[in-house]
Amino acid sequence: MMRLLSNDRPGHWLLALLLVGLLLGLLAAPFLFPGTKALAVAARIAIFIVLAASYDILLGYTGIVSFAQTTFFGLGAYGVAIPLALGASGWAVVAGGAAAGIGASLVLALVMALLSLRVRAIFFSMITLAIARFAQVLAAEWRGLTGGEDGLTFTVPRLISPAFRLFPAPLLGLPISGPVIAYYLILAVSLAAFLLMLRMVNSPFGRVLQAIRENPFRAEALGYRTILHRALASVLAAGFAALAGAMMALQLRYTNPDTTLSFSLMIDILLMVVIGGMGTLYGAALGAALLVLAQYYLEPLLAALARLSGGVPVLPALFDPGRWLLWLGVIFVLVVYFFPAGIAGTLRARGRAA
Amino acid sequence: MRTEELSVRFGAEAAVDRVSCAFYPGTLTAIVGPNGAGKTTFFNLISGQIRASSGEVWFRGKRITGLGVAARTRRGLGRGFQLTNLFPALSVCENTRLAVQAEARRDFRLLSLASDHHDLNARAQAILDHVGLAARARTVASALSHGDQRKLEVALLLALRPEVFMFDEPTAGMSVDEVPVVLDLIAAIKRDRTKTILLVEHKMDVIRALADRVIVLHQGRLLADGAPAEVVALPLVREAYLGQGSGHG
Ligand SMILES: Nc1ncnc2c1ncn2[C@@H]1O[C@H](COP(=O)(O)OP(=O)(O)OP(=O)(O)O)[C@@H](O)[C@H]1O
Ligand SMILES: [Mg+2]
Repeated sequence: MMRLLSNDRPGHWLLALLLVGLLLGLLAAPFLFPGTKALAVAARIAIFIVLAASYDILLGYTGIVSFAQTTFFGLGAYGVAIPLALGASGWAVVAGGAAAGIGASLVLALVMALLSLRVRAIFFSMITLAIARFAQVLAAEWRGLTGGEDGLTFTVPRLISPAFRLFPAPLLGLPISGPVIAYYLILAVSLAAFLLMLRMVNSPFGRVLQAIRENPFRAEALGYRTILHRALASVLAAGFAALAGAMMALQLRYTNPDTTLSFSLMIDILLMVVIGGMGTLYGAALGAALLVLAQYYLEPLLAALARLSGGVPVLPALFDPGRWLLWLGVIFVLVVYFFPAGIAGTLRARGRAA
Repeated sequence: MRTEELSVRFGAEAAVDRVSCAFYPGTLTAIVGPNGAGKTTFFNLISGQIRASSGEVWFRGKRITGLGVAARTRRGLGRGFQLTNLFPALSVCENTRLAVQAEARRDFRLLSLASDHHDLNARAQAILDHVGLAARARTVASALSHGDQRKLEVALLLALRPEVFMFDEPTAGMSVDEVPVVLDLIAAIKRDRTKTILLVEHKMDVIRALADRVIVLHQGRLLADGAPAEVVALPLVREAYLGQGSGHG
């Protein structure tokens, strides 16, 4: 069990509990919470765990501040979407499209890394910002290929299409439809990708990344050619982000700049990693779950609270569902206040101190 | 290893001024000079932290002046730092393991677990035993006492197994009872008789006990070079160095 987790112990009982809860919740989600919305949210959590974890390799482990993680996410998504929208079909097309998107991401990340990792960190961040913006504009303007702002809608392979039923009768009360199958495929790939990333950050290479984050000058003085490590970290992170993007395309059955390339998405990823705890990978998983859940369920939760507190003065106004973003902000401030190193980071530090 | 007319200027001032000097295996050379003489800068030029304005550094018959820091370390130049320069949030053990791993060139193993490289872990442990930090292995480097941080600095250098050891005031700021520990570690390297050792040091008794040779830097210039007893006796050294007070830098 610990080997599967690359001997990376959570280090605190509460963190272990949260992670087990997250895993069990994701595994059982379609049965526990029926309905298309719950399924879509669960799939989004699985995908964003991969995306946020890939970003944590950069930000949390290596100390590279990039704003182009959505660009790779988008490349993966459009890689799958474009051939399917052009009318090609079948799993080979999906695999080929994903491979093309991931391949393009690896190349772009390598070029970016070699061109700009030598410049000062702040300039590198600015360059990534420009590239992210450029990708967004390109996707919006190149209508012939990307469908512009509207994006692309397409048909996915039959096995995961909405009309498909694996068995004639429901299983444990749940019809095993295409989206349910898609969900479990996404969950399996996400879990495998997460465990692979966990292995990489606990490998000798991953240790060098931490050394670079802690003290790049000393890492260099030990004989590590840090530009190579940083380039490889960027390439790996880009590859996993593109994989997440490909899964997002299949899950949504459409792809547009908003769902894959927007700047607010980049901010979401950043928040997931920071709130969860940078440089732990587990934190990225928790952060992804927390943020996605809040984005989808905070508003209905507030609506319910407002209804419950109907007679009481002030409260209904406070719980106005329109204020959900405000409440999200309050939750973030509280989390950051009580968990200064993020949830996983702070729990881990407490576990060590105990 | 030798330097040839090695110079660097910061603005108009030459911090190291046309220093030509050769260093030999099996010899411990002490580098002395008042604060600001250019000793650390001289080390920076040799290890590549700063680029020379002019002049060359030669090592094992090859010119290395154009190489970066990592490349020089990989060739066998081991640079220790005057100011604490560790991986602060990582444990003592992990700091050492990183240096051991660098020396073993295993930095691009992505799919094995660092904890499974038992030979590296054992070597890191042995080095920590040797420098007397074994009991602190799990402590993060930033939580160590100053003296222990200096010992860890020596541990990192030992882990690299360099041909050339450059120690920059390794005992500065240490408590009286800790100083001999570090000096013994340096003496042990010296006993190997194959390593080239450069030691920046202010304390005359240390120099007398350890050095085979002393060079004096003053305002970036090589002022004197010879056996410890000779150099210390030179009038211009007394004036330039001892005259300015043998304060610790
Ligand atoms: N990066 C730099 N930029 C500008 N000036 C520098 C730089 N590094 C060193 N100097 C200057 O070069 C001179 C030599 O400094 P250096 O640190 O080499 O002296 P030192 O002999 O090591 O002194 P100490 O005994 O205090 O350690 C000093 O005047 C210092 O101010
Ligand atoms: Mg100095």
